[in-house]
Amino acid sequence: MIELQQINRIFTVGDQQVHALDHVDLSIQSGEYLSIMGPSGSGKSTLLNIIGLLDRPTSGTYLLEQHNVTSMNDDTLAHTRRNKIGFVFQFFQLLPRLTALENVELPMVLEGIPPAERRQAATETLNTMGLGERLHHRPDQLSGGQRQRVAIARATIMKPAVILADEPTGNLDRHSGKDVIELLEQLNKTNMTLIIVTHDPEIGLRATRQIRMVDGRVMEDNHKR
Amino acid sequence: MRLPDTLQYAVSALSRHRIRTVLILAAMSIGVASIVILTSLGQGAQRYVRGEFASLGTNLVIVFPGRKETTGGAPTMFIGETPRDLTLNDAQALKYHYAVRRVAPIFIGQAGVSYGGKEREVPILGSTTELLRVRHWRLSQGRFLPKGDINRATPVCVIGAKVKRELFGPENALGEWVRIGDRRFRVIGILASEGRSIGLDVQELAIIPAASAQMLFNTPSLFRILIEAKSRESVPAVISHVEQTIAERHQGEKDVTVITQDAVLATFDRILGALTMTVGGIAAISLVVAGILIMNIMLVSVSQRTAEIGLLKALGSPRKQITLLFLTEAFLLSAIGAVIGVAFGHAVSWLIGRAYPDLPLGAPLWAVVSSVVVAIGTGLLFAALPARRAARLDPVEALAHR
Repeated sequence: MIELQQINRIFTVGDQQVHALDHVDLSIQSGEYLSIMGPSGSGKSTLLNIIGLLDRPTSGTYLLEQHNVTSMNDDTLAHTRRNKIGFVFQFFQLLPRLTALENVELPMVLEGIPPAERRQAATETLNTMGLGERLHHRPDQLSGGQRQRVAIARATIMKPAVILADEPTGNLDRHSGKDVIELLEQLNKTNMTLIIVTHDPEIGLRATRQIRMVDGRVMEDNHKR
Repeated sequence: MRLPDTLQYAVSALSRHRIRTVLILAAMSIGVASIVILTSLGQGAQRYVRGEFASLGTNLVIVFPGRKETTGGAPTMFIGETPRDLTLNDAQALKYHYAVRRVAPIFIGQAGVSYGGKEREVPILGSTTELLRVRHWRLSQGRFLPKGDINRATPVCVIGAKVKRELFGPENALGEWVRIGDRRFRVIGILASEGRSIGLDVQELAIIPAASAQMLFNTPSLFRILIEAKSRESVPAVISHVEQTIAERHQGEKDVTVITQDAVLATFDRILGALTMTVGGIAAISLVVAGILIMNIMLVSVSQRTAEIGLLKALGSPRKQITLLFLTEAFLLSAIGAVIGVAFGHAVSWLIGRAYPDLPLGAPLWAVVSSVVVAIGTGLLFAALPARRAARLDPVEALAHR
C-alpha cells in the first residue's frame, strides 16, 4: 500500500546539507501496525511527514496505493491527505476556539460535507471513544488524554487508510498514554494501517513491525510473528 | 468547503480577537462614514443652492442692458458700456410673445426712507405688479403694487419687514405716508420676512411703481428686465424673442445680455458637484489607510496562527482554500465595517440635518455604493499578500511553530 523507493530528503541548513533521509526503501502493507524508533535527528519524523504528504522527497519515488504521489499537484495532494491519511500529533493540534465536536468535524468541513451528516458522524465517533459527555467542551476544558482522543477522533472521521502518529504519548502521563495507544491499536484492528513514531521502547515494541532508524537510514526492520 | 462553513470559520477566527476586530471595523467604518458625511454635505450644499434658485423663480430669463463680451485686448473702459438704455417701453414690447408669461422691469437705486423723524437708507426697487409673482415673494400684510398703466407714477410703496419694524415698530404701517428721497409714498403692503433670495435681502427693501422710480432717480435706464417663460421648454423661444425685439427697437443692435436661471444654476451645480467629488475622494484615502491596517492585522494573524494553518494543511486544505479563508476574513472585516460606516454616516448627517434644517442633506447613492465597493476592494487587495503568505507556508514548519 505504501511503497518508498530510494527516498532522499536533503535539508539545507545555512551552507550545510543535512541528509535527513538517505536512500530509504520501505514497503508497508495495508493494515500493518508499524513503529518507527530511533534517536532524535535520525529522520523518523521526516519519514512520517513524507509518508503523510506534508513534505516532498528531494528524490526517489513514493507510491501510495499504486499512485505516484511525488508528481501530484497541491490540490490532489491535499485531497489525498484529506481522504487517505489521518494525523495524530504530540501536541494534539486542536483549535482552542472550537469545541471537541467542531474539532472532530473539521476534516469533514474542509471536504464540504453537509452539517447534519458530519455532526452525526463526529458525535458517533466521539461516543465510541468515550467522550460522549464532552462533545461541547473546548480543548482547555479537557484533560490531556481526552484531548488526544479528540485528536484521534478527528484523524479517523474521514475513515483514512493510514493513521500517522508522531509521538502520540509524548505529552501524556503513563496512564493516559496507555489508553491512547490501546485506542489506536483498536483502530488498527479495523484494518487501518497504523504508523507510530516514538522514542519510547515500551510503546514501540508493542507494534507488530518495528523499524529502527539511524542517520536517515533504516537500520533494523523486525517483524513479530 | 461550503460557503456557510467558510464564513463561519472566518467569523470564529475573528471573534477570537475581539478588540482587534472591533478596532479594524472602527477604522473601516470611519473611512466609509466620512465619505458618506462629506458627500452628503456637498450634496446638501448643491440642493440648497438649487432651492435658492428655484425660489428666485423658475423659467426665469434675465435681460441686462449692454452686451458683455470678452474682447481680446480692448481697453477695459469700454467693456460693459451701455450704448443704449433699456427702457420701460422695451420691457412693454417684450410682453407680446406666446411664450412669455410675465415681464417685470426693474429700476434700482438707493434712497432714504423716512417716517416720523426716523430714516433708513435702503435699496429701492422700481417695478410693476408682476414682480411679486416673478420672484415668488409673499406679502405679510396689505397688497402689492397695483395693476394699471406702467407709465403712471402712483405714489404707493411696499416695504420689507425690517424696514417696517425699524420705522414703525409694532405700530400699524399700512396707509401711512413715508418719504422716499424727495417724494411721498403711501405704504400699501409689507413683504413677508422669510422671502430671502440671492443678492438681495427682501427684509430691507422698498418697492415703488416703475414710473415713480424713473422720476425719483431721474433716469430712463432699467437695471434689468425679468421675464418668466411659460415653461422650461419655452425658455429658448423667449431668448430669441428678446434678442429679436431688442434688435428691432435698437436699430439692429442686440445690445442686451440675456442669461437664464438654468445657465447660472448649471454653473453652481458644476462647481458644487466637483467639490463633492473632491471631498469624497479625499475621504476615500482614509479607506486606503484602513486597507493597510487590514493588511497589517492579517500579517500578524498569519504569524500567530501558523500552527493552525499547518493543521489545516495536514487535514487536507489545499492552498486556494487557505487563501480563501483569509480573504473571507478580510472581506467580512471590510464589508461589516462598510455597513456600519454607511449607517453611522447617515446617522451623523441626519444629526447635522437636524441642527441645520436649511441644508437638505443626503448622501448621493453613487457615493454610498462606491464607498462600500472601495472599502471591500481595498480590504481584499491588501489581504491578498497575507493570504498568499499563509497559503504558501510549509506545513511541517508551520506545525512545529508554537
